Amino acid sequence: MGTLSEEIFSYKLGRTVQQGETVVVDVDRVMSHDTTTPLAIQAFRKLAQRNGGRVFDARRSHIVFDHIIPAATIAAATLHRDIRAFAQEQDISILQEGICHQVMPERGYVTPGDVIVGADSHTCTYGALGAFATGMGSTDIGVAYATGRTWFRVPQTINIRITGTLPFGVYAKDVTFEMVRRVGVDGANYRAIEYTGELVEQMSVSERFTLCNMAIEMGGKAGLVAPDATTQAWLRGRTERDYPLLAPRDPRYERVVEIDASRLRPMIACPPDVNNVVPVEEVEHVQIDQVFLGTCTNGRLDDLAIAANVMRGKTLHPQTRMVVVPASREIYLEAMRLGYLEIFVQAGASVGTPGCGPCIGRHYGVLAPGERALTTMNRNFTGRMGDPTAEIYLGSPATVAATALTGHITDPRNFL
Amino acid sequence: MSRIWMLGDNVNTDVIIPGRYNVTTDRAQLARYCLCEVLPEFSQQVQAGDVVMAGHNFGCGSSREHAPAAFLASGVQAVIARSFARIFYRNAVNIGLPVLVCEDAVLASADGQQIEVDLASGVIRNVTSGQTFQAEPLDPFVARIVAAGGIIEYIRQEGTLR
Repeated sequence: MGTLSEEIFSYKLGRTVQQGETVVVDVDRVMSHDTTTPLAIQAFRKLAQRNGGRVFDARRSHIVFDHIIPAATIAAATLHRDIRAFAQEQDISILQEGICHQVMPERGYVTPGDVIVGADSHTCTYGALGAFATGMGSTDIGVAYATGRTWFRVPQTINIRITGTLPFGVYAKDVTFEMVRRVGVDGANYRAIEYTGELVEQMSVSERFTLCNMAIEMGGKAGLVAPDATTQAWLRGRTERDYPLLAPRDPRYERVVEIDASRLRPMIACPPDVNNVVPVEEVEHVQIDQVFLGTCTNGRLDDLAIAANVMRGKTLHPQTRMVVVPASREIYLEAMRLGYLEIFVQAGASVGTPGCGPCIGRHYGVLAPGERALTTMNRNFTGRMGDPTAEIYLGSPATVAATALTGHITDPRNFL
Repeated sequence: MSRIWMLGDNVNTDVIIPGRYNVTTDRAQLARYCLCEVLPEFSQQVQAGDVVMAGHNFGCGSSREHAPAAFLASGVQAVIARSFARIFYRNAVNIGLPVLVCEDAVLASADGQQIEVDLASGVIRNVTSGQTFQAEPLDPFVARIVAAGGIIEYIRQEGTLR
């Protein structure tokens, strides 16, 4: 009996677990990426002699190169080299085919009921498939690589119930802005978020990824959607493993947040915090130097399709540049076959190697002092994309595409 | 005695150590760029034993452990906040950076004041004002990790994670 998180931990431990309890559990998967792996290796080495110097299970240990690929600097190349040596020593195959949070599910490494820890805060994305997945720092991940275990305080849960239907021009991303506006940037600190309601049930897995990805922007430890037929259909062909279809049973939620999606409009999260949300028409005058379509929030095929439909046969505003980065190789190839990439390139955009792209300001699309970007990212923090005086606005893929054409923040409903 | 460096609410890890400076495991580099955008003078002026104070949700954002590591490398004795974001808090505990939650101490203190912190008891004394505060007690499991000096030391002592 309990929330989905309680059900998952009870299933894992073979006893009834309740929120507030501290538990030590075996993890199903451990993940780290090119920026967080080096410190994880240092932590791992301090414990490794106890385990014969080996990770707990090389097949369930995953290192993804996505934050700075291809390496943009000698420092990044050096870290990559050192991580490759570690991976080779441990028989871990490095994944270099997109953003960790897209590639892990695509490869079938995430199934319902799993407990997964990753050295990246957006690891909560995997909850879209009914896994309990959370971001941790490198030392926790080094411990998990060494022991196959971690500890948790079983979280209290906020239930976000999303009803209604998405109005024309309003997308899952706009719903997440409403969530963050209502819950606040720390309103879900230490808590899990369970997304329920008729709209969530109707959403694709891709849209559910967007919802769960943004859980951390409210401080959430995990964001979860109970697995259903949509989940099973998505997983078919990606994994052969059996998995339990756990669901909340008489859950005791700390709080229920009701969102009627039918009442929403396209929204923008203004700098420098994600809860600084306004309807798009309030900021339509803002000139934009660069738009960015991509990331673990909105770099999937449906996101690219929405933007491509807006931009088909058109060209970028002359004062605005555009970067498009598909979230994974699988998406990149499919977007190529479907002609989306051609639409972006014809319009004047640069299309980059699947990965995090400009989201963290380390390479490829860095902002100059005073510049403004509108992006499909999850964070608009000061300095995240380059100079600290640059400003980052967040929107849906449709809003980003419409803005690419006009040069200022634009309501996408006139372009759909 | 130590100086207080006062910060506001929702200080995120991009602010503590920007992404373009954390492509490294070099602690000296992390210290050099710690808070470089909001407090450019911090890395030059911070003294060993100084205390960082902040409002709500300190350390929100990315999971980068470079953020608490940057404070440790800067010689910061402790971070005291009204509340911490979960991943930052856990990272700090894991690597042995003392983190205390004390609403009253933060509200009654100001940047540049002098402070004394007794980490064992959680007693915080603002030397400038003479006021004394008690930090919130730690979760029992967290207290065991803190007592060991970090998660690695804890596991070494216990023989395993349990």
